[in-house]
Amino acid sequence: MEMFDLSLIWAVIIGFGVIMYVLMDGFDLGLGILYPFAPDEAARDVMMNSVAPVWDGNETWLVLGGAGLLGAFPLVYSVFLPALYIGVFLMLAGLIFRGIAFEFRFKSRRSRHWWNRAFCWGSAIASFSQGAVVGAYIQGFAVEDFVYVGGPLDWLTPFSVLTGIGLMIGYALLGATWLILKSEGYVQAWAYKVVPALLLGVLAVFGIISLWTPFVNPDVWSRWFDRIQLIWVFPVLALACAFWLWRAVRQRQEGQPFIATLGLYIFTYLGLVASKWPVIVPPNYTIWDAASAPESQLFLLIGVLFVIPIVLAYTAWSYWVFRGKVKVGEGYH
Amino acid sequence: MELDPLLLSRMQFAFVVSFHAIFPVFTIGLASYIALLNGLFYKTENPAWERLANFWTRVFAVVFGMGVVSGIVMSFQFGTNWSNFSLAASNFLGPVLSYEVVTAFFLEAAFLGVLLFGRGKVPQGVHLFAAIMVAFGTFLSSFWILAANSWMQTPAGVELIDNRFHVTSWMDAIFNPSFPWRFWHMVMASFLTGGFVVAGVSAWYLLIGRDVDANRRALSMCLWLLLVLAPSQAVIGDFHGINTLEHQPTKVAAMEGNWDTQSNVPLLLFAWPDQQAQENRFEIGIPSLASIILTHEAAGEVPGVKEVPIAEQPPVWLVFWAFRVMVGLGLVMIAVSLVGLWLRRGGRLYHQRGFLQVLRVMTITPFIAVLAGWVVTETGRAPWLVYGMMTHAEGVTPSLTGGMALFTLVGYVLVYAVVFWSGIYYLTRVVRQGMLPEEDRDTVERAVHRPMRPMSAAHATFEQDSAPTWRS
Repeated sequence: MEMFDLSLIWAVIIGFGVIMYVLMDGFDLGLGILYPFAPDEAARDVMMNSVAPVWDGNETWLVLGGAGLLGAFPLVYSVFLPALYIGVFLMLAGLIFRGIAFEFRFKSRRSRHWWNRAFCWGSAIASFSQGAVVGAYIQGFAVEDFVYVGGPLDWLTPFSVLTGIGLMIGYALLGATWLILKSEGYVQAWAYKVVPALLLGVLAVFGIISLWTPFVNPDVWSRWFDRIQLIWVFPVLALACAFWLWRAVRQRQEGQPFIATLGLYIFTYLGLVASKWPVIVPPNYTIWDAASAPESQLFLLIGVLFVIPIVLAYTAWSYWVFRGKVKVGEGYH
Repeated sequence: MELDPLLLSRMQFAFVVSFHAIFPVFTIGLASYIALLNGLFYKTENPAWERLANFWTRVFAVVFGMGVVSGIVMSFQFGTNWSNFSLAASNFLGPVLSYEVVTAFFLEAAFLGVLLFGRGKVPQGVHLFAAIMVAFGTFLSSFWILAANSWMQTPAGVELIDNRFHVTSWMDAIFNPSFPWRFWHMVMASFLTGGFVVAGVSAWYLLIGRDVDANRRALSMCLWLLLVLAPSQAVIGDFHGINTLEHQPTKVAAMEGNWDTQSNVPLLLFAWPDQQAQENRFEIGIPSLASIILTHEAAGEVPGVKEVPIAEQPPVWLVFWAFRVMVGLGLVMIAVSLVGLWLRRGGRLYHQRGFLQVLRVMTITPFIAVLAGWVVTETGRAPWLVYGMMTHAEGVTPSLTGGMALFTLVGYVLVYAVVFWSGIYYLTRVVRQGMLPEEDRDTVERAVHRPMRPMSAAHATFEQDSAPTWRS
């Protein structure tokens, strides 16, 4: 058992699951946020159809992450969820509403505008809650003796509101670049048009967060500025991706904007991980403090290592099957 | 009034788990039935079996989708409201619950798509194999969930060190004393649920004269199955009760409304348990029958609720009455399947409209019986969360306030009201649409670029005035 650091392996798996979820559910949540601003109902159909075949697979990663945390890092599970109690409820309610809106919008006529609303609000609330979780994570939690002792709304601060809005804009950016990839004609033209504004918004929020974080959390400050280290490579690469995105949109590239946005997310995420590592329940508990017993981690690892490749293969296959453009007026239901 | 976060958390858990459980209880039974129909079609080539299989697969798709949506909430409940319990029990519960999720995703990734969308695209044998694997997967899912629940009822294979359970034997912990009976009791309940829903819907089709040939087959097959299943469930339930008597005597005492440890305990048909007075205010019973059922002899001694102090007693009236609802409905199910057998004489089964109407109404009964059964077993172990080792009060989230718990309880009630209403409403639309005629099925099969989400396998529209929309 001592041959492998199981907590480290699990940290990599959970970290992978989180970024998979953010990237994949991110673009379909983003389309929900952009939804009310779409040029017309036909464009909304295209938006919906471009993610209809894959959205529920995207949410697989959220459930897997929740269960995996309980199995591998129970302290995360038993601190984050009580601390974010109201936020978690809002996120789940949002996800459920947009889930059923997805299904029933396609099957309805007269009640369609209700499902549209549920889809948009559900997406927006879920995105905001997830962004606020990131903010709360940067702030840290009031934990004594492995038990959360803070209040119900400690997570809701101006800082976490900003991260919540930031993630909403960020998801909208992912959604818009996805739409560039999947659409054509006036829908695609509209998507090209909204990307620069969204990119600007994302950069502005990232900028404010970067300046603000040291005041919220001094440990992060010292991590970044006490010694100039290798971690600076992450924000540099993230900025490079932002520039690439801006150029790709100007050149009216179709696939590159989405890939550049994925890169922007990945490097920002790695930067966030690097500023906290190996602390997983800030401010005090590391991945080893938060871990379950080694035999439990090992028992679960066997099953997860078996299933993750299958889920990945299935995911890749369904994206492959539904590759190509979604046309206006065409659609599955 | 002071809001009690413990009570509200228990209400919330009971509410979300009940509304979630309705869907999987049905899909477990239905998945096996679909596999059976596909097997019959594979063997006999009779298109009636295929049409039945296709129809019930569409229903399955919708119910499965509702189950997934309502299930997302469950994977967060333990952490939000029962964080002390989650942390303490995580070494066992974490892997076991995760394995349930892993099983479900494996099943969905590998076989569900083939079952829902693969007919005509993959060889028939492969399709049948997928149907069998989906059915098998639903058992595997319930295996993990019931292992977790049974461990909380009759914990084994763990030791408690510094407020954390550490697993000493996975085999003992998973196959804990109450697990086998609970598993078979629940599997049988799922089969009964599937059976009565299929029988009820087939009966309705026969009442309005639609697809008479296929629905007669379905009804006849279901009634044969129920004739075996319903009495078997009574036997399994009895063994489950005896197992509970051994490991959780207070729960059985509450089920029987028996306050004092004594022999020749009557089987109470009606009683009004009074927890304050520690006695029944009023009772009608059959002498010695409870002793006979539980110990298999009239003079057998049955423990009473008073064996434990009042603070460690479950709410007797609730356990007592929920148990009677479950058993009462079980007896009605046995009676209905016997009447079905009797009506086969002279071929009255398909024409006796009164009986078909009864079957329609019976559709709802297995769901009520299942929920009542869970009320018995879950409230019957109160105040224990992990029996004999951790109470509800010790397991609840310390930072939780009554206001927060009330907020989310009301919230979940509203969310589930929408989910449930739209789901059930849509299901009735699918059932009203009925089996697709052959030519329509071809159109559906030809549609390319088909989404792989479970619910898109159903083609009914949400409103009554819409035209058929699978082409839209």
